[in-house]
Amino acid sequence: MGANQPTVVQENWWARLTRSKYFVYVLISPLFLVLLAYVIYPFYQTFLQSVVGEEGATLENYQRFFGLTSTANLEALWTSVYISVISVITCAIVGVTMAFLMERYEFPGRKLLSVLILVPMALPPLVGVLSFTFLYGESGIIPRAFQVLFDLEKVPFSLKGVMGVIVVHTFTMYTYFYLTAAAAIKGLDPSLEEAATSLGSGRIRIWLKVILPMLTPALIASSLLVFMISMASYTAPLMFGVERTMTMQIYLSRTNGSLDMAATQSTILSIVSISFLILMRWYQGRRNYQNQSKGISVHRTELRSQFAKYMSMVLSFIGVIILMLPILVLVLISFSVDGEWTVQVIPTAYTLQHYIDLFTDERTWRPIWNSLQMSFVATAGNILFGVAAAYAMVRTKFKGKALLDILIMVPWALPGTVVAVNLIAAFSEPNVFSFNQVLIGTFWILPLAYFVRHLPLIFRSTSAALMQMDESVEEAARSLGANWWYSFRRVVVPMAFSGILAGTLLALVQGIGEFVASILIYSTSTMPLSVAIFQKMYAFQFGTACAYGVLQIILIITVLFVSQKITDGKAGSAI
Amino acid sequence: MLKSVRLDHVSKMFGTAIGVENVDIDVKPGEFFTFLGPSGCGKTTTLRMIAGFYYPSKGKILFDNKDVTTLQPNKRNIGMVFQNYALFPHMTVFENIAFGLEVRKMTKAVIKEKVERAQKLVHLEKYGTRKINELSGGQQQRVALARALVIEPDILLLDEPLSNLDAKLREETRLEIKRLQVELGVTTIYVTHDQTEAMTMSDRIMVMKEGVVQQIGSPQEIYNQPTNHFVASFIGESNILEAEVVEVKADAVKVKLDEDIFVQGSMSQSANGKKLAVGESIKVSIRPEAVFEGSGPNQVTGTIQFVEFTGVSINYVVKVGSNIMKVMIINKGNEILKRGDSITLHVPEKGIYLIGE
Ligand SMILES: Nc1ncnc2c1ncn2[C@@H]1O[C@H](COP(=O)(O)OP(=O)(O)OP(=O)(O)O)[C@@H](O)[C@H]1O
Ligand SMILES: [Mg+2]
Repeated sequence: MGANQPTVVQENWWARLTRSKYFVYVLISPLFLVLLAYVIYPFYQTFLQSVVGEEGATLENYQRFFGLTSTANLEALWTSVYISVISVITCAIVGVTMAFLMERYEFPGRKLLSVLILVPMALPPLVGVLSFTFLYGESGIIPRAFQVLFDLEKVPFSLKGVMGVIVVHTFTMYTYFYLTAAAAIKGLDPSLEEAATSLGSGRIRIWLKVILPMLTPALIASSLLVFMISMASYTAPLMFGVERTMTMQIYLSRTNGSLDMAATQSTILSIVSISFLILMRWYQGRRNYQNQSKGISVHRTELRSQFAKYMSMVLSFIGVIILMLPILVLVLISFSVDGEWTVQVIPTAYTLQHYIDLFTDERTWRPIWNSLQMSFVATAGNILFGVAAAYAMVRTKFKGKALLDILIMVPWALPGTVVAVNLIAAFSEPNVFSFNQVLIGTFWILPLAYFVRHLPLIFRSTSAALMQMDESVEEAARSLGANWWYSFRRVVVPMAFSGILAGTLLALVQGIGEFVASILIYSTSTMPLSVAIFQKMYAFQFGTACAYGVLQIILIITVLFVSQKITDGKAGSAI
Repeated sequence: MLKSVRLDHVSKMFGTAIGVENVDIDVKPGEFFTFLGPSGCGKTTTLRMIAGFYYPSKGKILFDNKDVTTLQPNKRNIGMVFQNYALFPHMTVFENIAFGLEVRKMTKAVIKEKVERAQKLVHLEKYGTRKINELSGGQQQRVALARALVIEPDILLLDEPLSNLDAKLREETRLEIKRLQVELGVTTIYVTHDQTEAMTMSDRIMVMKEGVVQQIGSPQEIYNQPTNHFVASFIGESNILEAEVVEVKADAVKVKLDEDIFVQGSMSQSANGKKLAVGESIKVSIRPEAVFEGSGPNQVTGTIQFVEFTGVSINYVVKVGSNIMKVMIINKGNEILKRGDSITLHVPEKGIYLIGE
């Protein structure tokens, strides 16, 4: 070697590019492009549709929405908000009470109840509402049973209208409160309570001054979440015939052909949802309750008095029944002969035929096969996008990170109805993002909708896994000579695998059960499972509809079980 | 094998904050070189620039005269041991050690042979099939070491590799690392904030503070001839006393510590070989063990304020004039004085070190 002449090691252009500080932008630009094409652009098209009339830009639609000549829209907005607020309150009461009972008391039946309490999570939205109408609707099993039992003229009570919607919301959404409150209670530092007691504070004061304030962050976060999901709720108002809600109005405007009104309603609903999303992200950034002394959690209080023991047993039993009934009734009806169940309390004739048909009858099998295919396609896209985005968010630094974070979460905040309306607005005509194809009416529009709706799932579960992983592990691989791609493949992906898998399974089952967006954009050749259930319902083929539903529930329970196993119960991050 | 490492006036800025400033060092092939300094002084930052995880804002890094300033980490052929080991939790011990060899596309047979040799080197022959979480801290440490060494790196980088171990294991592993380094003769750069580690293992030490290099030298130089107050007090214990030069006669320098208290040092014992002039204010560093009981050169008397008996030594805190001095007397069965007693001390000329600031 020439004595003191420093020689530069030769490198190719790729190596030079990868260490440029702009390289990260090369990596993230496809992510932004996907978001631009399938989230922002469709949203923009809808907005455009709402403000562009025959003679150029106009606010006419918005004037009509807020105007007093026809109050349908304002009523719908009001009803949606009203239902959502009540849902938050009822879910909070049920969820937090349950969490306190389960975390602080030991009573007979607690173990069983603590598993079943999460049953509502296993119910796909449509199937859940379905079972509620079978159980508590006007011709539902319970009201009829009372009628027969007490020999009444009419059914003594039944779920309908706004009340029905709220009950269904409470049943399906209290779990959000339950999970966060239970986690917060578990995380409470017992020494805080002990400190308060030693300072002479009584039980009630401890609850009010110590425990509740510590739970507030968890409660506020769940409230925002439940509010957002209630606003987006579509299935419950549809089945209980509450037409004056935002989502129903959008659906009706579309089916009536007033597309610009549907666009206006969508835009307004989106603004509400996105505001709540931003509020929630902001709030999550501030929450801070932590258990400082590790390990020991508070001991559960055992019930001592005989009376309390019996009471709690009876109540647990009722709880178990209420939680199990929706699934039991679906199973029961799935064996009933279609068209035989009319005015009786429960179906009278039973058959195995529906289950045989699921897999043997071409026309019954078709929707299942469609949903499987479309969900697989969408999930494959979600994996690519989610893993790349999670890696970029957790491991790299770039300008616009907060924007990427919000953009990824937006599809999750957007009601499915709105996602569908946006996609229709964007892809009814060929454009560059659809590779010059009309997507509406083709196979591809549904997977695209699923892709957009479930965009955050794999992203979130993978980010959570990556955050657990020490950055120096990747550096160790690099120092041993592995290039970026090699260490990504051999170290990053295997270590984040449980997170990726948990998100993937969730995206898969959610895709298979997706109803809200599907109902607006499916075509007969690509009819998905959930739409098939809906149609069977309306054709009074209850048995087949319920057999489909049971199939979905089995899928979901399997997936929840598997992801619980692979992530040791850390899959909660994916919800 | 055996590369030299040169940092040519390297600085690293984080935004506007300074990580390290103007580090200029030349690590010789086969040398054991240590970065020593308190938390946040820029040791890790410097090491990561050598590894290639940071690129310097200014200056160049050369391995054997090859400019590698912006070469990617995976192209540098370095072995690195991380503070938290950074082992791959989803792989076994064998797979962890084999990782770097697989990257280098070696055949199965060669990999097996090399990994087994590395396992033997760190005394983990029987642990090949274990998962990482089934190992103790010390064993994980040795896997990390084997993984870094098996690729026959040109340079071995260690970032506080012992800080997660308990005291006993730390000493054992320290010897182990030193043994391996001597056996393999690999150029090694070692980061620590523990002066004992630095003193016992290193050929040379670089002392840093707030991103700036304070002194580079062998352990003896650093200990006996600290260039400034910071080094003198960071390495071992030292009495740093304010003084004024009152007389310079050839090599002899007489300084005044207090009214009527004078000591005499030597110009060859001044920091950076600096020539001192009469009237100059300086600082004097006197190690506690350089002070002896009884009469002799540079004799002073003081009052004992505090007594501590450790077994090996008797430690006194003595008030001499207005100065407080720590004194360490080796225990040879001598009488232990009490608080309030008066004591006569003396300091040989070579125990007095004259430093600037
Ligand atoms: N990525 C970074 N961004 C901004 N500042 C940094 C970064 N890394 C290090 N610094 C700053 O540079 C300085 C030196 O940090 P460095 O990690 O090198 O310290 P250290 O000597 O290794 O300390 P320790 O003994 O605590 O590991 C610190 O002030 C630190 O805050
Ligand atoms: Mg460090």
